[in-house]
Amino acid sequence: MAALLLRHRDIPGIGDLDVYQKNGGFEAWKKAATTMKPQEVTDLVKASGLRGRGGAGFPTGVKWSFIPNTIWPHYVVANADESEPGTFKDREIMENNPLQFLEGVAIACYAVGANAGYVYLRGEFWPLAAILDEKIAEMEQAGFLGDHLFGTEYSLHIYTHLGAGAYICGEETALLESIEGKRGMPRIRPPFPAVYGLYGKPTVVNNVETLTNLPLIVEKGADWYKSLGTAESAGVKIFSLSGHVKKPGNYELPFGTTYRKLIYEYGGGVTEDRPVKAIMSAGASSAMIVADDKALDTPMDYASVRTLGADLGSASVIVINDSVDVDWVISKTIHFFKHESCGKCTPCRDGTYWMQHLIERIEHGEDVEANTRLLRTVAKQIQNKCLCPLGEFSTMAVTTAIERFPADFQPSMAGGRHG
Amino acid sequence: MAKYPPEQKRSAVMPLLYLAQLQDGYVTKAAMEDIAKMLDISSTDVAQVVGFYTLYHDKPAGKYRMQVCTDLPCALRGADKFMEQLCANLRIQVGETTADGLITLEAVTCLAGCDRAPMFQIQSRDGLEYHENMSVDKTMELVEALKKSTEGVK
Repeated sequence: MAALLLRHRDIPGIGDLDVYQKNGGFEAWKKAATTMKPQEVTDLVKASGLRGRGGAGFPTGVKWSFIPNTIWPHYVVANADESEPGTFKDREIMENNPLQFLEGVAIACYAVGANAGYVYLRGEFWPLAAILDEKIAEMEQAGFLGDHLFGTEYSLHIYTHLGAGAYICGEETALLESIEGKRGMPRIRPPFPAVYGLYGKPTVVNNVETLTNLPLIVEKGADWYKSLGTAESAGVKIFSLSGHVKKPGNYELPFGTTYRKLIYEYGGGVTEDRPVKAIMSAGASSAMIVADDKALDTPMDYASVRTLGADLGSASVIVINDSVDVDWVISKTIHFFKHESCGKCTPCRDGTYWMQHLIERIEHGEDVEANTRLLRTVAKQIQNKCLCPLGEFSTMAVTTAIERFPADFQPSMAGGRHG
Repeated sequence: MAKYPPEQKRSAVMPLLYLAQLQDGYVTKAAMEDIAKMLDISSTDVAQVVGFYTLYHDKPAGKYRMQVCTDLPCALRGADKFMEQLCANLRIQVGETTADGLITLEAVTCLAGCDRAPMFQIQSRDGLEYHENMSVDKTMELVEALKKSTEGVK
């Protein structure tokens, strides 16, 4: 099947305005803005079954419908903070197919009545922000952005905003704080961004991949979109495949593709042809899945991955073969979350610090049994006690590694094999 | 500044800090005070933003900050060994600067280049640049090229 999101792989130069237009670009945007009411766009997206691709999987149209028509102005913010270890899909979209993404931002803005949209990029995407700025200017010149679009009353401007290196800013309220010129610390919810978002106004925050789907849905309809994927996971998904595979990269596949197919068919198999030991289904914040036959034959959709005690999340699949031990794997993830904890909530700030100390002791072979028990207890204590999911995320790999890979936490194994 | 609503000029603090850093190589105290005045916020408000985000630096370092990702997906593709060998080749430890002041070697968290590890970014007065699918040899060639271009400017 031809790619729908990673269209540059089939159509070279799709990032150029003329090539994009020749391939149907901006038709959906024009159709939405000139022939549909905002509510109709929202209803269409609701009917398509599109769910947020950033990780939470919340139905996009439903999210939009929470925006109240009593408070103005409204904002749309594209979350291009992509910072989860193992995730690199939004970057490929923006680098190569930026106009489809920006067309999606425009459609979302129209649907919720926003006259300004912000693209929040992680600071490391500095060169990408320059590309997007250029594309936005071209769109303005061609009449796809600006005032009184297509001869209507509707005006829209899109702006980029660069973060500066903080994983936490992928969390939507921290991201909004960051645009407001503050430290990226999550807000207490409620109120939710739909009511009290950017500058205290109703705001929709959507992931880049989510937005990039919109032109296709407007163009081809909800039924077409639903016909792709599975009953409760409509459409296609970009799976970022990394770790111990021969051909890491982004693979755009219908929901319901199995892990085995992703790893062996698309990924070219496992490094050194060793067996897969563990799969992390959603980057570093993922639970660790024991890669047995049942797991490998599990279809990758929201509901099926849950049966493995994990989440589909942003679908960043990290493959780990049997050359490393999982105590080392979690030492890496703990280090990451300790570094990225914003420090607002005590369980996360202090918990990640303690988890780091404990995993270091385990790695050094110090009283492994007791320290492993304590590590699991500390992880459990962090869960359900933080304002944002980062605290929770920091513990997912830890608890599941200890529970599902007990052999790697035997005193004789401690300080085991590293990557 | 025109990107943000007129009454929300505090939003410009991050872009202004980038400008200051491009000019001086790091964010100076004087720059923080200037930015605070421009945006009608306190210099503490500015300093906390500098302190929070990892891409802002309040101390000078080497001309090029070489920031290597050592997170899990990169580490599974040999980033830790890559880093060790870089240290040996550059004769510095992580966090240190080469004697000629050219390179500061830093370990950073995920840069969204997991499929092209080992990888790093170079932060300098020219902005940010990714280098992916790197080997130690290729990196040392790059260091030599940077050294030459610096000497050329002198």
